[in-house]
Amino acid sequence: MPDKFDAIVVGAGAAGLAAAYKMAGEGLSVVVIERGDYPGAKNVMGGVLYRSAMEELIPEFWKEAPLQRPVVEQRFWLMDSQSAVTTSYKAQEWAREPYNCFTVFRGQFDQWFARKCAEAGAIIINETLVESCIVENGRVVGVRTNRPEGDLYANVVVLADGVNSMLSKQLGFHKEWEPRQVALAVMEELKLPSEVIEERFNLDPGMGATIEIYGDSTLGMVGTAFIYTNKEHISIGVGALLSQIRQRKVRPYELLEYLKSHPMVRPLIKNGKPVEYYAHLIPEGGYNAVPQLVGNGVVVVGDAAQLVNGIHREGSNLAVTSGRLAAEAIIRAHKMGAFTARELSTYEENLRNSFVMKDLKKYKNASHLLETNPQYLNEYIPFTNMALHEMLTVDGISKWQKQKTIKERVLQQRSLFSLGKDLYKAWKAVK
Amino acid sequence: MKSEPAINNKPLNIEVNLDDKLFLNRWKPDEDSHLAIIDPSVCAGKCPGKDCTVFCPAKVYEWRNGRMTIGYEGCLECGACRIACPHGNIRWRYPRGGYGVQFRLA
Repeated sequence: MPDKFDAIVVGAGAAGLAAAYKMAGEGLSVVVIERGDYPGAKNVMGGVLYRSAMEELIPEFWKEAPLQRPVVEQRFWLMDSQSAVTTSYKAQEWAREPYNCFTVFRGQFDQWFARKCAEAGAIIINETLVESCIVENGRVVGVRTNRPEGDLYANVVVLADGVNSMLSKQLGFHKEWEPRQVALAVMEELKLPSEVIEERFNLDPGMGATIEIYGDSTLGMVGTAFIYTNKEHISIGVGALLSQIRQRKVRPYELLEYLKSHPMVRPLIKNGKPVEYYAHLIPEGGYNAVPQLVGNGVVVVGDAAQLVNGIHREGSNLAVTSGRLAAEAIIRAHKMGAFTARELSTYEENLRNSFVMKDLKKYKNASHLLETNPQYLNEYIPFTNMALHEMLTVDGISKWQKQKTIKERVLQQRSLFSLGKDLYKAWKAVK
Repeated sequence: MKSEPAINNKPLNIEVNLDDKLFLNRWKPDEDSHLAIIDPSVCAGKCPGKDCTVFCPAKVYEWRNGRMTIGYEGCLECGACRIACPHGNIRWRYPRGGYGVQFRLA
Protein backbone atom coordinates (compact mmCIF):
# COMPACT_ATOMS: atom_id res chain seq x y z
CA MET A 1 0.00 0.00 0.00
CA PRO A 2 1.39 3.43 -0.86
CA ASP A 3 1.92 5.80 2.03
CA LYS A 4 0.51 8.72 0.11
CA PHE A 5 -2.78 8.82 -1.79
CA ASP A 6 -4.50 11.32 -3.98
CA ALA A 7 -7.44 11.19 -1.58
CA ILE A 8 -8.42 9.68 1.75
CA VAL A 9 -12.13 9.26 2.44
CA VAL A 10 -13.12 8.96 6.11
CA GLY A 11 -16.29 6.91 6.44
CA ALA A 12 -17.85 4.34 4.11
CA GLY A 13 -21.36 5.76 4.02
CA ALA A 14 -23.40 7.09 1.15
CA ALA A 15 -21.44 10.35 0.82
CA GLY A 16 -17.98 8.91 1.31
CA LEU A 17 -18.48 6.00 -1.06
CA ALA A 18 -19.97 8.28 -3.70
CA ALA A 19 -16.86 10.45 -3.51
CA ALA A 20 -14.55 7.43 -3.56
CA TYR A 21 -16.32 5.83 -6.53
CA LYS A 22 -16.14 8.96 -8.62
CA MET A 23 -12.49 9.69 -7.83
CA ALA A 24 -11.32 6.11 -8.28
CA GLY A 25 -13.17 5.98 -11.60
CA GLU A 26 -11.12 8.97 -12.76
CA GLY A 27 -7.91 7.17 -11.90
CA LEU A 28 -7.11 8.86 -8.60
CA SER A 29 -5.58 6.71 -5.88
CA VAL A 30 -8.20 6.56 -3.14
CA VAL A 31 -8.40 4.90 0.25
CA VAL A 32 -11.64 4.68 2.24
CA ILE A 33 -11.31 4.21 5.99
CA GLU A 34 -14.26 2.67 7.82
CA ARG A 35 -14.50 2.04 11.56
CA GLY A 36 -17.08 -0.77 11.34
CA ASP A 37 -16.40 -4.43 10.63
CA TYR A 38 -17.64 -3.74 7.11
CA PRO A 39 -19.17 -0.76 5.29
CA GLY A 40 -22.67 -0.29 6.67
CA ALA A 41 -21.98 -1.87 10.06
CA LYS A 42 -22.31 1.53 11.71
CA ASN A 43 -24.70 3.14 9.27
CA VAL A 44 -28.32 3.64 10.17
CA MET A 45 -30.97 5.08 7.90
CA GLY A 46 -34.75 4.92 8.03
CA GLY A 47 -34.29 3.27 4.76
CA VAL A 48 -35.12 5.35 1.69
CA LEU A 49 -32.50 5.58 -1.05
CA TYR A 50 -33.33 7.90 -3.94
CA ARG A 51 -32.65 6.72 -7.43
CA SER A 52 -31.69 9.93 -9.26
CA ALA A 53 -28.67 10.93 -7.17
CA MET A 54 -27.31 7.39 -7.21
CA GLU A 55 -27.86 7.04 -10.92
CA GLU A 56 -25.67 10.04 -11.62
CA LEU A 57 -22.87 7.81 -10.39
CA ILE A 58 -23.86 4.31 -11.45
CA PRO A 59 -26.41 4.12 -14.27
CA GLU A 60 -29.08 1.49 -13.70
CA PHE A 61 -27.55 0.54 -10.37
CA TRP A 62 -30.90 -0.98 -9.36
CA LYS A 63 -30.21 -3.91 -11.64
CA GLU A 64 -27.37 -5.13 -9.45
CA ALA A 65 -27.52 -3.36 -6.07
CA PRO A 66 -29.08 -5.15 -3.09
CA LEU A 67 -32.31 -3.19 -2.63
CA GLN A 68 -35.41 -4.01 -0.63
CA ARG A 69 -38.47 -2.62 -2.43
CA PRO A 70 -39.17 0.17 -4.91
CA VAL A 71 -41.45 2.63 -3.11
CA VAL A 72 -44.74 2.99 -5.00
CA GLU A 73 -46.76 4.66 -2.29
CA GLN A 74 -45.96 7.35 0.25
CA ARG A 75 -48.49 7.75 3.03
CA PHE A 76 -48.83 10.56 5.53
CA TRP A 77 -50.68 10.30 8.80
CA LEU A 78 -51.74 13.07 11.13
CA MET A 79 -52.10 11.07 14.29
CA ASP A 80 -54.04 11.62 17.46
CA SER A 81 -54.09 9.20 20.36
CA GLN A 82 -56.98 7.07 19.05
CA SER A 83 -57.23 8.15 15.42
CA ALA A 84 -55.44 9.49 12.38
CA VAL A 85 -56.22 11.60 9.37
CA THR A 86 -54.42 9.94 6.50
CA THR A 87 -53.49 10.73 2.95
CA SER A 88 -51.20 9.16 0.42
CA TYR A 89 -49.87 9.24 -3.08
CA LYS A 90 -49.42 6.04 -5.05
CA ALA A 91 -48.03 5.96 -8.56
CA GLN A 92 -47.60 3.12 -11.03
CA GLU A 93 -44.76 5.07 -12.63
CA TRP A 94 -42.80 4.43 -9.45
CA ALA A 95 -43.32 0.68 -9.86
CA ARG A 96 -41.24 0.50 -13.02
CA GLU A 97 -37.88 1.67 -14.28
CA PRO A 98 -36.28 4.01 -13.60
CA TYR A 99 -38.18 4.10 -10.24
CA ASN A 100 -38.22 6.97 -7.78
CA CYS A 101 -36.74 5.51 -4.62
CA PHE A 102 -36.15 2.25 -2.81
CA THR A 103 -36.11 0.95 0.70
CA VAL A 104 -32.66 -0.47 1.44
CA PHE A 105 -30.68 -2.05 4.24
CA ARG A 106 -27.53 -0.02 4.55
CA GLY A 107 -25.77 -3.02 6.08
CA GLN A 108 -26.13 -4.67 2.67
CA PHE A 109 -26.22 -1.73 0.27
CA ASP A 110 -23.06 -0.08 1.59
CA GLN A 111 -21.11 -3.31 1.28
CA TRP A 112 -22.15 -3.53 -2.37
CA PHE A 113 -21.35 0.15 -2.94
CA ALA A 114 -17.91 -0.34 -1.36
CA ARG A 115 -17.28 -3.32 -3.66
CA LYS A 116 -18.09 -1.08 -6.62
CA CYS A 117 -15.53 1.41 -5.31
CA ALA A 118 -12.97 -1.37 -4.97
CA GLU A 119 -13.68 -2.52 -8.53
CA ALA A 120 -13.08 1.08 -9.63
CA GLY A 121 -9.69 0.96 -7.91
CA ALA A 122 -10.28 2.32 -4.41
CA ILE A 123 -8.84 0.59 -1.35
CA ILE A 124 -11.32 -0.05 1.47
CA ILE A 125 -9.88 -0.40 4.97
CA ASN A 126 -12.36 -1.61 7.59
CA GLU A 127 -12.14 -1.81 11.39
CA THR A 128 -10.09 1.36 11.53
CA LEU A 129 -10.97 4.55 13.36
CA VAL A 130 -9.64 7.89 12.19
CA GLU A 131 -8.82 9.78 15.36
CA SER A 132 -7.76 13.07 13.86
CA CYS A 133 -6.62 14.87 10.77
CA ILE A 134 -2.92 15.52 10.41
CA VAL A 135 -2.48 19.25 9.90
CA GLU A 136 0.78 20.78 8.70
CA ASN A 137 1.30 24.46 7.94
CA GLY A 138 -2.39 25.21 7.93
CA ARG A 139 -3.40 22.39 5.65
CA VAL A 140 -4.75 18.91 6.14
CA VAL A 141 -2.20 16.43 4.82
CA GLY A 142 -3.52 13.13 6.11
CA VAL A 143 -5.20 11.26 8.94
CA ARG A 144 -4.13 9.54 12.14
CA THR A 145 -5.81 6.19 12.74
CA ASN A 146 -5.97 3.99 15.82
CA ARG A 147 -3.63 1.44 14.24
CA PRO A 148 0.07 1.28 15.07
CA GLU A 149 1.97 3.31 12.48
CA GLY A 150 -1.46 4.21 11.24
CA ASP A 151 -0.76 7.61 9.73
CA LEU A 152 -1.88 7.98 6.13
CA TYR A 153 -1.18 10.90 3.84
CA ALA A 154 -3.04 12.38 0.88
CA ASN A 155 -3.50 15.54 -1.13
CA VAL A 156 -7.09 15.77 0.02
CA VAL A 157 -9.08 14.29 2.90
CA VAL A 158 -12.83 13.86 2.42
CA LEU A 159 -14.61 13.99 5.79
CA ALA A 160 -17.62 11.71 5.45
CA ASP A 161 -17.62 10.69 9.09
CA GLY A 162 -21.33 11.10 9.66
CA VAL A 163 -23.61 13.18 11.83
CA ASN A 164 -21.32 13.34 14.85
CA SER A 165 -18.78 15.01 12.59
CA MET A 166 -15.97 14.80 15.11
CA LEU A 167 -13.21 15.53 12.60
CA SER A 168 -14.48 18.78 11.13
CA LYS A 169 -15.31 19.90 14.67
CA GLN A 170 -11.67 19.23 15.61
CA LEU A 171 -10.65 21.38 12.66
CA GLY A 172 -12.86 24.19 13.94
CA PHE A 173 -15.25 24.05 10.98
CA HIS A 174 -18.17 24.00 13.38
CA LYS A 175 -18.88 23.96 17.10
CA GLU A 176 -20.51 21.02 18.83
CA TRP A 177 -24.07 20.65 17.49
CA GLU A 178 -26.74 21.98 19.77
CA PRO A 179 -29.43 19.55 20.95
CA ARG A 180 -31.91 21.39 18.74
CA GLN A 181 -29.77 20.82 15.65
CA VAL A 182 -30.12 17.04 15.70
CA ALA A 183 -32.98 14.58 16.02
CA LEU A 184 -32.57 11.41 18.03
CA ALA A 185 -34.24 8.49 16.29
CA VAL A 186 -34.72 4.90 17.39
CA MET A 187 -35.79 2.12 15.09
CA GLU A 188 -36.44 -1.59 14.94
CA GLU A 189 -36.57 -4.15 12.18
CA LEU A 190 -39.56 -6.46 12.51
CA LYS A 191 -39.51 -9.70 10.54
CA LEU A 192 -42.65 -10.74 8.65
CA PRO A 193 -43.29 -12.89 5.56
CA SER A 194 -43.28 -10.85 2.35
CA GLU A 195 -46.85 -11.89 1.42
CA VAL A 196 -48.09 -10.64 4.78
CA ILE A 197 -46.37 -7.30 4.23
CA GLU A 198 -47.85 -7.03 0.74
CA GLU A 199 -51.34 -7.85 1.95
CA ARG A 200 -51.26 -5.47 4.88
CA PHE A 201 -49.87 -2.60 2.84
CA ASN A 202 -51.93 -3.30 -0.28
CA LEU A 203 -48.86 -3.88 -2.44
CA ASP A 204 -48.12 -5.81 -5.59
CA PRO A 205 -45.41 -8.43 -5.08
CA GLY A 206 -42.04 -6.82 -4.54
CA MET A 207 -43.35 -3.26 -4.27
CA GLY A 208 -43.03 -1.08 -1.20
CA ALA A 209 -44.71 1.70 0.77
CA THR A 210 -43.63 4.30 3.29
CA ILE A 211 -45.64 5.97 6.03
CA GLU A 212 -44.61 9.20 7.74
CA ILE A 213 -46.51 9.90 10.93
CA TYR A 214 -46.89 13.28 12.61
CA GLY A 215 -48.50 14.33 15.85
CA ASP A 216 -49.16 11.94 18.70
CA SER A 217 -46.46 9.62 17.34
CA THR A 218 -43.89 12.03 18.76
CA LEU A 219 -46.18 13.35 21.52
CA GLY A 220 -46.23 16.59 19.57
CA MET A 221 -42.46 16.97 19.63
CA VAL A 222 -40.84 18.17 16.39
CA GLY A 223 -40.16 14.95 14.57
CA THR A 224 -41.81 12.04 12.83
CA ALA A 225 -42.45 8.39 13.19
CA PHE A 226 -42.08 6.18 10.15
CA ILE A 227 -42.93 2.75 8.86
CA TYR A 228 -41.13 1.43 5.79
CA THR A 229 -41.63 -1.89 4.07
CA ASN A 230 -38.64 -4.06 3.24
CA LYS A 231 -38.74 -7.47 1.57
CA GLU A 232 -39.26 -9.47 4.74
CA HIS A 233 -38.98 -6.80 7.38
CA ILE A 234 -40.77 -3.67 8.43
CA SER A 235 -38.66 -0.76 9.63
CA ILE A 236 -40.47 1.14 12.34
CA GLY A 237 -38.98 4.09 14.09
CA VAL A 238 -39.52 7.44 15.69
CA GLY A 239 -37.35 10.49 16.05
CA ALA A 240 -37.63 13.98 17.48
CA LEU A 241 -35.37 16.90 18.24
CA LEU A 242 -32.92 15.87 20.91
CA SER A 243 -33.62 19.13 22.77
CA GLN A 244 -37.30 18.22 23.07
CA ILE A 245 -36.71 14.57 23.97
CA ARG A 246 -34.52 15.81 26.79
CA GLN A 247 -36.99 18.48 27.87
CA ARG A 248 -39.96 16.13 27.72
CA LYS A 249 -38.01 13.45 29.62
CA VAL A 250 -38.86 10.77 27.10
CA ARG A 251 -37.20 7.40 27.05
CA PRO A 252 -36.85 6.84 23.29
CA TYR A 253 -37.50 3.08 23.46
CA GLU A 254 -40.72 3.74 25.39
CA LEU A 255 -41.82 6.14 22.68
CA LEU A 256 -41.10 3.44 20.10
CA GLU A 257 -43.22 0.91 22.02
CA TYR A 258 -45.95 3.52 22.40
CA LEU A 259 -45.97 3.90 18.62
CA LYS A 260 -46.02 0.15 18.09
CA SER A 261 -49.02 -0.18 20.41
CA HIS A 262 -51.02 2.61 18.74
CA PRO A 263 -54.31 1.29 17.33
CA MET A 264 -53.39 2.63 13.85
CA VAL A 265 -50.03 0.85 13.88
CA ARG A 266 -50.59 -2.37 15.82
CA PRO A 267 -52.44 -4.31 13.09
CA LEU A 268 -49.77 -3.45 10.50
CA ILE A 269 -46.93 -4.93 12.52
CA LYS A 270 -48.78 -7.74 14.28
CA ASN A 271 -46.58 -10.80 14.86
CA GLY A 272 -43.57 -8.92 13.52
CA LYS A 273 -40.54 -10.36 15.26
CA PRO A 274 -37.96 -7.76 16.34
CA VAL A 275 -34.54 -8.65 14.92
CA GLU A 276 -32.43 -5.52 15.38
CA TYR A 277 -32.63 -2.27 17.36
CA TYR A 278 -30.97 1.02 16.40
CA ALA A 279 -30.42 4.55 17.56
CA HIS A 280 -29.00 7.31 15.44
CA LEU A 281 -28.83 11.08 15.23
CA ILE A 282 -30.21 12.87 12.21
CA PRO A 283 -28.91 16.31 11.26
CA GLU A 284 -31.80 18.77 11.58
CA GLY A 285 -30.00 22.09 11.75
CA GLY A 286 -30.71 22.72 8.08
CA TYR A 287 -29.27 25.52 6.02
CA ASN A 288 -28.14 27.63 8.96
CA ALA A 289 -26.18 24.77 10.51
CA VAL A 290 -24.18 23.80 7.43
CA PRO A 291 -20.56 24.22 8.55
CA GLN A 292 -17.50 25.35 6.67
CA LEU A 293 -17.35 22.84 3.82
CA VAL A 294 -13.88 23.37 2.43
CA GLY A 295 -10.42 23.96 3.83
CA ASN A 296 -6.88 23.51 2.63
CA GLY A 297 -6.66 19.86 1.64
CA VAL A 298 -10.05 18.95 3.08
CA VAL A 299 -13.78 18.86 2.25
CA VAL A 300 -16.85 17.87 4.32
CA VAL A 301 -19.75 15.89 2.84
CA GLY A 302 -23.05 14.22 3.79
CA ASP A 303 -24.40 14.11 7.34
CA ALA A 304 -21.10 15.50 8.62
CA ALA A 305 -22.05 18.70 6.82
CA GLN A 306 -25.68 18.62 8.10
CA LEU A 307 -26.94 17.93 4.58
CA VAL A 308 -30.41 16.59 5.38
CA ASN A 309 -33.77 17.91 4.24
CA GLY A 310 -35.86 16.95 7.25
CA ILE A 311 -39.12 18.27 5.85
CA HIS A 312 -38.94 15.78 2.97
CA ARG A 313 -37.01 13.10 4.91
CA GLU A 314 -34.33 13.26 2.19
CA GLY A 315 -30.75 12.58 3.21
CA SER A 316 -29.18 9.79 1.21
CA ASN A 317 -29.62 11.75 -2.02
CA LEU A 318 -28.03 14.85 -0.52
CA ALA A 319 -25.19 12.69 0.78
CA VAL A 320 -24.53 10.98 -2.56
CA THR A 321 -24.73 14.27 -4.46
CA SER A 322 -22.40 16.07 -2.07
CA GLY A 323 -19.90 13.21 -2.32
CA ARG A 324 -20.02 13.31 -6.10
CA LEU A 325 -19.63 17.10 -6.27
CA ALA A 326 -16.74 16.99 -3.82
CA ALA A 327 -15.08 14.32 -5.96
CA GLU A 328 -15.51 16.43 -9.09
CA ALA A 329 -13.85 19.38 -7.39
CA ILE A 330 -10.99 17.17 -6.20
CA ILE A 331 -10.53 15.72 -9.70
CA ARG A 332 -10.34 19.25 -11.05
CA ALA A 333 -7.86 20.27 -8.35
CA HIS A 334 -5.85 17.14 -9.16
CA LYS A 335 -5.53 18.29 -12.77
CA MET A 336 -4.38 21.71 -11.58
CA GLY A 337 -2.00 20.12 -9.08
CA ALA A 338 -3.13 22.36 -6.21
CA PHE A 339 -5.38 21.51 -3.28
CA THR A 340 -5.89 24.62 -1.21
CA ALA A 341 -9.34 25.84 -0.17
CA ARG A 342 -9.34 28.02 -3.27
CA GLU A 343 -9.11 25.13 -5.72
CA LEU A 344 -11.50 22.99 -3.69
CA SER A 345 -14.08 25.74 -3.35
CA THR A 346 -15.73 24.64 -6.60
CA TYR A 347 -17.27 21.91 -4.46
CA GLU A 348 -19.05 24.46 -2.31
CA GLU A 349 -20.00 26.53 -5.33
CA ASN A 350 -21.51 23.55 -7.16
CA LEU A 351 -23.25 22.36 -4.02
CA ARG A 352 -24.86 25.78 -3.64
CA ASN A 353 -26.02 25.67 -7.25
CA SER A 354 -27.47 22.18 -6.82
CA PHE A 355 -30.79 21.10 -5.31
CA VAL A 356 -28.90 20.27 -2.11
CA MET A 357 -28.34 23.78 -0.82
CA LYS A 358 -31.32 25.23 -2.67
CA ASP A 359 -33.69 22.87 -0.86
CA LEU A 360 -32.02 23.43 2.50
CA LYS A 361 -32.37 27.16 1.92
CA LYS A 362 -36.03 26.85 0.96
CA TYR A 363 -36.86 25.19 4.29
CA LYS A 364 -34.31 26.96 6.42
CA ASN A 365 -36.91 28.28 8.88
CA ALA A 366 -39.32 25.33 8.86
CA SER A 367 -37.81 23.27 11.67
CA HIS A 368 -37.39 26.36 13.84
CA LEU A 369 -41.01 27.35 13.21
CA LEU A 370 -42.27 23.97 14.40
CA GLU A 371 -39.96 24.08 17.37
CA THR A 372 -41.03 27.52 18.55
CA ASN A 373 -44.69 26.98 17.64
CA PRO A 374 -45.62 23.58 19.09
CA GLN A 375 -49.27 24.22 18.28
CA TYR A 376 -48.77 23.00 14.70
CA LEU A 377 -48.14 19.44 15.84
CA ASN A 378 -49.70 19.66 19.27
CA GLU A 379 -53.01 21.37 18.60
CA TYR A 380 -53.74 21.53 14.90
CA ILE A 381 -53.33 17.80 14.35
CA PRO A 382 -55.78 16.99 17.19
CA PHE A 383 -58.11 19.73 15.82
CA THR A 384 -58.09 18.08 12.39
CA ASN A 385 -58.86 14.69 13.90
CA MET A 386 -61.59 16.16 16.07
CA ALA A 387 -63.21 18.00 13.15
CA LEU A 388 -63.35 14.90 10.97
CA HIS A 389 -64.54 12.82 13.89
CA GLU A 390 -67.40 15.24 14.47
CA MET A 391 -68.43 15.51 10.84
CA LEU A 392 -68.22 11.78 10.14
CA THR A 393 -69.80 10.46 13.33
CA VAL A 394 -73.52 10.12 12.55
CA ASP A 395 -75.53 10.63 15.69
CA GLY A 396 -78.66 12.62 14.81
CA ILE A 397 -77.02 16.00 15.39
CA SER A 398 -77.24 18.37 12.44
CA LYS A 399 -74.13 19.24 10.44
CA TRP A 400 -74.72 22.92 11.18
CA GLN A 401 -74.56 22.14 14.88
CA LYS A 402 -71.46 19.99 14.42
CA GLN A 403 -69.72 22.73 12.50
CA LYS A 404 -70.56 25.12 15.29
CA THR A 405 -69.18 22.71 17.91
CA ILE A 406 -65.93 22.29 15.96
CA LYS A 407 -65.53 26.04 15.62
CA GLU A 408 -66.21 26.63 19.30
CA ARG A 409 -63.74 24.00 20.41
CA VAL A 410 -61.01 25.40 18.20
CA LEU A 411 -61.69 28.96 19.28
CA GLN A 412 -61.55 27.95 22.92
CA GLN A 413 -57.85 27.37 22.35
CA ARG A 414 -57.00 29.64 19.43
CA SER A 415 -58.28 33.03 18.32
CA LEU A 416 -59.14 33.53 14.67
CA PHE A 417 -56.31 36.01 14.54
CA SER A 418 -53.73 33.50 15.79
CA LEU A 419 -55.07 30.85 13.40
CA GLY A 420 -54.62 33.22 10.50
CA LYS A 421 -51.19 34.18 11.69
CA ASP A 422 -50.12 30.54 12.02
CA LEU A 423 -51.41 29.75 8.55
CA TYR A 424 -49.42 32.65 7.15
CA LYS A 425 -46.27 31.67 9.07
CA ALA A 426 -46.55 28.07 7.85
CA TRP A 427 -46.95 29.22 4.26
CA LYS A 428 -43.98 31.56 4.60
CA ALA A 429 -41.77 28.79 6.00
CA VAL A 430 -42.33 26.43 3.07
CA LYS A 431 -43.10 28.71 0.13
CA MET B 1 -54.41 35.33 22.38
CA LYS B 2 -53.59 32.25 24.40
CA SER B 3 -50.04 31.59 25.48
CA GLU B 4 -48.09 28.88 23.68
CA PRO B 5 -48.72 25.43 25.11
CA ALA B 6 -45.96 23.48 26.72
CA ILE B 7 -44.98 20.19 25.15
CA ASN B 8 -47.60 17.51 25.63
CA ASN B 9 -46.66 15.82 28.87
CA LYS B 10 -49.01 12.90 28.98
CA PRO B 11 -47.51 9.82 30.61
CA LEU B 12 -46.73 6.96 28.26
CA ASN B 13 -47.54 4.13 30.68
CA ILE B 14 -45.36 1.77 28.71
CA GLU B 15 -43.13 -0.89 30.17
CA VAL B 16 -40.21 -1.87 27.96
CA ASN B 17 -37.58 -4.48 28.54
CA LEU B 18 -34.71 -2.69 26.86
CA ASP B 19 -32.36 -5.63 27.35
CA ASP B 20 -34.58 -7.68 25.02
CA LYS B 21 -33.95 -5.08 22.32
CA LEU B 22 -30.23 -4.71 22.89
CA PHE B 23 -29.87 -8.47 22.96
CA LEU B 24 -30.94 -8.57 19.30
CA ASN B 25 -27.82 -6.75 18.13
CA ARG B 26 -24.34 -8.03 17.41
CA TRP B 27 -21.76 -6.58 19.77
CA LYS B 28 -17.98 -6.58 19.89
CA PRO B 29 -17.27 -4.78 23.16
CA ASP B 30 -13.81 -3.37 23.69
CA GLU B 31 -12.01 -3.89 26.99
CA ASP B 32 -12.00 -0.19 27.81
CA SER B 33 -14.86 2.25 27.78
CA HIS B 34 -15.04 4.77 24.95
CA LEU B 35 -17.25 6.91 27.22
CA ALA B 36 -16.33 8.68 30.44
CA ILE B 37 -17.70 11.22 32.88
CA ILE B 38 -15.30 14.16 32.86
CA ASP B 39 -16.05 15.40 36.40
CA PRO B 40 -18.13 13.06 38.60
CA SER B 41 -18.82 15.85 41.07
CA VAL B 42 -20.83 17.68 38.40
CA CYS B 43 -23.25 14.73 38.10
CA ALA B 44 -23.55 14.49 41.87
CA GLY B 45 -23.79 18.14 42.72
CA LYS B 46 -24.95 20.16 39.75
CA CYS B 47 -27.23 17.89 37.78
CA PRO B 48 -30.49 17.11 39.58
CA GLY B 49 -32.20 16.00 36.35
CA LYS B 50 -29.65 13.32 35.32
CA ASP B 51 -31.11 13.64 31.84
CA CYS B 52 -28.68 11.17 30.27
CA THR B 53 -30.20 8.37 32.33
CA VAL B 54 -33.51 9.12 30.60
CA PHE B 55 -32.83 10.09 26.98
CA CYS B 56 -30.04 7.61 26.22
CA PRO B 57 -31.67 5.09 23.85
CA ALA B 58 -29.53 2.26 25.24
CA LYS B 59 -29.77 3.26 28.90
CA VAL B 60 -25.99 3.31 29.07
CA TYR B 61 -26.05 5.74 32.01
CA GLU B 62 -27.49 4.76 35.37
CA TRP B 63 -27.29 6.62 38.65
CA ARG B 64 -26.40 4.15 41.38
CA ASN B 65 -25.29 4.79 44.92
CA GLY B 66 -24.29 8.36 44.25
CA ARG B 67 -22.34 7.78 41.08
CA MET B 68 -22.93 7.48 37.37
CA THR B 69 -22.32 4.03 35.97
CA ILE B 70 -21.55 3.66 32.26
CA GLY B 71 -22.60 0.45 30.53
CA TYR B 72 -20.57 1.30 27.44
CA GLU B 73 -20.82 -2.29 26.14
CA GLY B 74 -24.42 -1.64 25.07
CA CYS B 75 -23.80 1.78 23.53
CA LEU B 76 -25.46 2.32 20.14
CA GLU B 77 -22.91 5.06 19.34
CA CYS B 78 -25.51 7.68 18.47
CA GLY B 79 -23.75 10.60 20.20
CA ALA B 80 -26.85 12.01 21.91
CA CYS B 81 -25.24 12.04 25.38
CA ARG B 82 -22.29 14.12 24.23
CA ILE B 83 -24.56 16.74 22.69
CA ALA B 84 -27.36 16.78 25.26
CA CYS B 85 -25.49 16.44 28.56
CA PRO B 86 -26.56 19.76 30.11
CA HIS B 87 -23.06 20.26 31.48
CA GLY B 88 -20.97 18.98 28.59
CA ASN B 89 -19.63 16.49 31.10
CA ILE B 90 -19.30 13.40 28.89
CA ARG B 91 -16.08 12.52 27.14
CA TRP B 92 -17.31 10.79 24.04
CA ARG B 93 -15.31 8.90 21.47
CA TYR B 94 -16.10 6.24 18.98
CA PRO B 95 -15.01 2.77 20.06
CA ARG B 96 -11.77 1.62 18.47
CA GLY B 97 -12.05 0.43 14.89
CA GLY B 98 -13.83 -2.92 14.65
CA TYR B 99 -15.35 -2.68 18.15
CA GLY B 100 -18.81 -1.77 19.38
CA VAL B 101 -22.16 -2.51 17.82
CA GLN B 102 -22.12 -4.03 14.32
CA PHE B 103 -25.44 -3.62 12.50
CA ARG B 104 -26.49 -6.17 9.91
CA LEU B 105 -29.62 -4.55 8.44
CA ALA B 106 -30.98 -0.98 8.81
